[in-house]
Parts: sequence; C-alpha cells; structure tokens
Amino acid sequence: MSATDQAFRGAPAGADRIAAAFARAHAEDRAALVVYLTAAYPDVATSRACYEAAVEAGADILEIGLPFSDPMMDGPIIQAANQHVLDAGVGVADQLALVASLTHLDVPKLAMTYVTIADTRGYAAFAAELAAADVSGVILPDLPVAEADPWLAAAADHGLATVFLASSVSTEERLAAIGSASSGWVYAAGLLGVTGVKSLASDVTRQLVTAVRRHTDLPVAVGIGVKDRASAAEVARYADGVIVGSAIVRAAGEGDPAGAPERVGALVRELRAGVADR
Amino acid sequence: MSITTPATEATAAREGYFGAFGGQYVPEALSGALTQLVDAWHDAEHDPAFASELDDLRRSYGGRPTPLYRAGRLSEEAGVEVWLKREDLAHTGSHKLNNVVGQALLTRRMGKPRVIAETGAGQHGVATATAAALFGLECTVYMGAEDCRRQRLNVVRMQLLGAEVVPVESGTRTLKDAINEAMRDWVTNVDSTHYLIGSAMGPHPFPTIVRELQKVISIEAKEQFALQAGGVPDAVIACVGGGSNAIGSFADWIAVEGVELIGIEAAGEGVGSGRSAATISEGREAVLHGSRSIALVDEDGQVRPAHSVSAGLDYPGVGPEHAHLATSGRGTYLSATDDDALLGFRRTCELEGIIPALEPAHAVGWLLRHGHDHLGDGARVILTMSGRGDKDVDEVVEVAGWDVGVAKAFGTDRSEPTDNDRSEP
Ligand SMILES: Cc1ncc(COP(=O)(O)O)c(C=O)c1O
Repeated sequence: MSATDQAFRGAPAGADRIAAAFARAHAEDRAALVVYLTAAYPDVATSRACYEAAVEAGADILEIGLPFSDPMMDGPIIQAANQHVLDAGVGVADQLALVASLTHLDVPKLAMTYVTIADTRGYAAFAAELAAADVSGVILPDLPVAEADPWLAAAADHGLATVFLASSVSTEERLAAIGSASSGWVYAAGLLGVTGVKSLASDVTRQLVTAVRRHTDLPVAVGIGVKDRASAAEVARYADGVIVGSAIVRAAGEGDPAGAPERVGALVRELRAGVADR
Repeated sequence: MSITTPATEATAAREGYFGAFGGQYVPEALSGALTQLVDAWHDAEHDPAFASELDDLRRSYGGRPTPLYRAGRLSEEAGVEVWLKREDLAHTGSHKLNNVVGQALLTRRMGKPRVIAETGAGQHGVATATAAALFGLECTVYMGAEDCRRQRLNVVRMQLLGAEVVPVESGTRTLKDAINEAMRDWVTNVDSTHYLIGSAMGPHPFPTIVRELQKVISIEAKEQFALQAGGVPDAVIACVGGGSNAIGSFADWIAVEGVELIGIEAAGEGVGSGRSAATISEGREAVLHGSRSIALVDEDGQVRPAHSVSAGLDYPGVGPEHAHLATSGRGTYLSATDDDALLGFRRTCELEGIIPALEPAHAVGWLLRHGHDHLGDGARVILTMSGRGDKDVDEVVEVAGWDVGVAKAFGTDRSEPTDNDRSEP
C-alpha cells in the first residue's frame, strides 16, 4: 500500500490505542511490555484469568494467539498450546467470545494468528469480528507486505492496525515497505528462527532495530527470543517494546491450571521490572 | 520465469501466480532466500552450462530417458490402450530425482552447504539424500513418524546415503507435519541451507522450478508416443499428491488441444468419508505451506487431517498450478480410493511384472475401474508410473491382508482370508 493510500484511509483507530500504550511507557522512561498468550489455553476460564493477571502485573499490550493447526513460525511450546486448544474443540468463535469478554482490561489487544485463519473466514468478515471483539490490531507472521493489500483494505475498514515483522535478512527495500505498511508498531524478530527455542541474537537485533528506524517513526518492538528479566532489560535499552510469548505460555501451561494466573502474574512482574531496567 | 502455457500466459502479470493461486505466504525471514532462489533459477535457466550439466547427469547418472512401454495385458483388462511412462526405472526408483538433481545444482550455484527436505513416502527423501551424497552436501530429511513406520525401507536407504532422518511427532505425524518442521528448520538456518521442496507446491518460485524440472517426463513421452504409437494420446493420467509427477507429466501437453489431462487424487476410504486426501475434489481455496491453493481445511481454517494408504499422497494440500488447471477446466481431477489403489497395485504386479509404488497404483486402479467409462472405446492413454513399489510391499500385505505366500513360506501364517483377498477386480 502506498503512503497516499494510508493517508487517504486515515490511521486506524486501533493504532491510536496502541500508540497511547507506547507513549505511556515512554513517559515512564521504560519500554512497553507486550505479552503473548494463546487464547483459551489451557482452558477458557483459566485463559481469561491469565490475561487479567498479565495486565494486573503490568503488561501494556496483549497479543492474543488464535490457534492454528500448522503454526509454521512457532516452536514446540506454542505449537503444543495451539494443539491443546484445538483438541479441546474450542473454535475461533469461542476464542473471539473470550477476547470480547476482556473489555474491562484497559490495554490494547492484538490478535496474532496465521493467514489461513483470516483468509478462510474472509478478510472482511474476520476484520469485522475482531473489531467487534474490541481488538485493536492484527499480526499475521506469514503474510508479507507484497501479499497484504487485500487484508490491509479490510483492516483499515474496521479500524484495525496491522503489525508487520522485520527480519535481520530483510533488505532496505523491504524494510521501507514494512515501515510504510505497518501501523501500531513494527515487530523486529530477535533471531532467525521460530518462537521459544533459541535466545536472542543481540547485536544483530540491535542493528535491525536501527535499520527499521530509518524507515518509520512507529515504535519498534522486539520479540522471539526474549524470555526473562535479563533479556527483557537488554532489549529495552534499544527498543520501544519487548514482546514475550513462549516463556509466558509455558508458565500458563506447566502445572495446575488453578495456579496458572499466579505463575503468569509472577513472570510478567519480573519482565515488567526488566523493561524499566534499561 | 519462462511461462510456457497459454493457460498461464493471461495471468503472467502477477509473478508467481497461476490464475488466483500461488504467491509467497511465508515469514519475512525467508524473503531473502526466496529472492536468492528466484535469481539463481533465472540465471540457471539462461545458462547453457546448467542445461548441459543437468542433461548429462540425467543421462549418465539418472537413467534417462525412461522408457514408454505399451502395457498390453493391462490394456486388455482396462479396455483402454495404456502406455506406461516408466519413472519407476529412473535411479532411486521414482520421478523425484528429476527435481532433486536440478535443485542440487541450484544449491551449489547459491553456495549453500546444506539441504533439507520433507518426505512422505520417503522417495523424495531418498532422492535428496542421493543428490546430497553426489554433491557432498549435508542433508537432513524430515519425515512424519507414522510415515517412518510405513515406509521403513526408505528410512534405511536415506541413512545409508548419509542423511539424517528426523521423525516428526507433531500433528498428524505425516507429510504436512514434516513440511512444517522443514520450514521451521529453514527459517532458523536459512543462511546455510536450501530447502529442497519435493513437490510442485510451496511459495514461489518452487511450483515453477519443480514443474520445469519435472517437465522432462512429458517432453520425453511426447516424442516417444509419436514415434512408438503415432500421433498423440487421448489422455495423460498421473497421480497427484503435491502434484510434481502430474505437473511434469502434463506440462508439455497443456498447449496440445484434445489431450485430456487427468489427475488422480487419493480418496482414502472415499470422498466424503472424512478419511480422504482428495484435496481438489473435497477442499476449498486456502493458504497452506506458503501458497494460495486448494486445501482440506474446516470452516475455521484449521487443516483437516488427510488419509491415504499411500504416504506419498497423504497430504491435505496440492500445488497451486493444479488448483488453476482444475478451476480453469484444462485439467480433470478425479480420485481413487485405497481399495482402488490396492487393486491397481496387485493387477500391475500380476499382469505386467511391474511392482508399482502405491501412489501411481491409484492411477492404475482408477483406470481399471473407471477408465473405459470415462474415455470410451479405442482410447489411448499415457499413464505415469511415477515410482516402483519395493517400499510398499510390507504395508500392502499388511493393509490388504493378502496371503501372498510369504507367511506360509516362513511358517508364520496369521492371515485370515478377507474381502480384499482376491486377485480379480
Ligand atoms: C512414486 C511417487 N509418486 C507420486 C508421489 C506424489 O508426489 P507428487 O504428487 O509430487 O508427484 C510420490 C511422493 O512421495 C511418490 O513417491
């Protein structure tokens, strides 16, 4: 999408809510903390309590993973969580009902899923359902900018931001396209690989964040490879936001579901201390 | 890209698309590797040295050209004159090497020391392990744990050839999960690694590269048919998993009017049974494994598990050019059940002295049961015998419950006669 198209459509309303969340963190001289959790994992009620606990403990933004049967970008932890939800028979409609029940949480929520899910429902219908569930934006890791026009049109119609991923192998030309097509923030991948397997490649990631900033004024958040207070603090030194997923999903899933919100809350408090520790 | 067909010419405006199908739905981390591959392929296509090295390897190493053989007794039984394109006689025992040798040459041109592959029946894995040995490349093959069990012979072959075989335990433990795992490896090791995709699927440029490399099947067959049978056949028939042997069998005929292109998908226990892999017959438009095509997905977009007795066809997707040929009407896509395939398998053994792979046995089974009705009197067809069946003999005996004398010979007869225990159709 060209810059003029974007201006013509206007910035999506969801993008304003995301911008406000980053601005609040910035005013407190810290990076924003973005927390990913798979929807309805390990079950619907526990999942709702985990999102509440994450916000209570200081998450600035929630990423809500909508499970897909074939999650190409995810490592074993999130794959297993996705499969668990699908095996339990919790479908997209139920997941969105869960999301819609989180309006009392005063943070922007983004849906993270794969293009197959969005496409099968129809981009326009999916965007409408997300907007109705109070979602501010969307992350589709297997939708590159070159294929994104139809989705971007639907998202813009429903006031949804779209966050694109940038990678250390992206060319300057692609970074420019990612910068101008993104709204909300730009997601810089902290390593080459899938979620939850390796640790952050710090030098490369720092360079990537610098490169992305050449092409956009949007906040840049780093995810994939951040798992604890120390790595959160390290990223917070050069990025506007820190995204944590697998470590939190693991905390939600290991052990008794009754204890999941508490485990998630404890980890998020640690990470929140990390992002202020720059 | 060389766009060679009238069917695709109209839509050539969008690179990497066949009509509405194709594209590159992949994580950003793969963008560089795909661009590099597009460039390497473009260079290679215009480099006579590439063509001549490929041709030389095909002849001196790969056993090409493969024969076109008039299967007389099978013809009699089918009521249709059948010419078998004998890819089962190619080195490693299937058509898979055609694609692999070409992509291995590309890997060398790109300066990458490692290849990875997915495999269902193990034939693509064996071909990749073979080329890796030949070119001195490191090789890892992902294979569903269920497929490792039912195609054990090929696991051993790959290991003998020096490849690492990784059994994939996630999801349905079959081909689609092996592809997911290979993609994850590629995302992680993209600097050093070429993902040597084994079928005409995946993100652009794979469907085009694989078609061009498999096209040798139809180029040879066209010449052989004209010489041996005279004229052109009424139909070209091939089994369709991801669609590589089929697209290679069709490619040079697409522009030839009057030649019907028939793809046979695996329908498992039957179309509509819920245990099928007949993607085009039963699926809907969806994005799977990097391209927009047709796939078996539910109303939420979750990929439905496929089922087929044949590991190589047990896949809920299909390459995007087949989706285009199906929707444009140039191709006819039908299906054969597990039972049809077992019949095709057994009759090819008994009538022709050829033990076929279970994949092309689907095409034979369809021909025996439906070919005459579909094609009418006096029809002449080319059927691609995409591979040989050594890998399948244990599974066939077990699934069909046939007493073929093995159990008796070894004194371990445990079989009861079953419905399938017959040799007549
Ligand atoms: C002998 C043989 N034929 C056909 C296939 C199906 O693949 P494709 O549809 O790509 O030809 C396989 C796959 O393993 C195979 O081994």
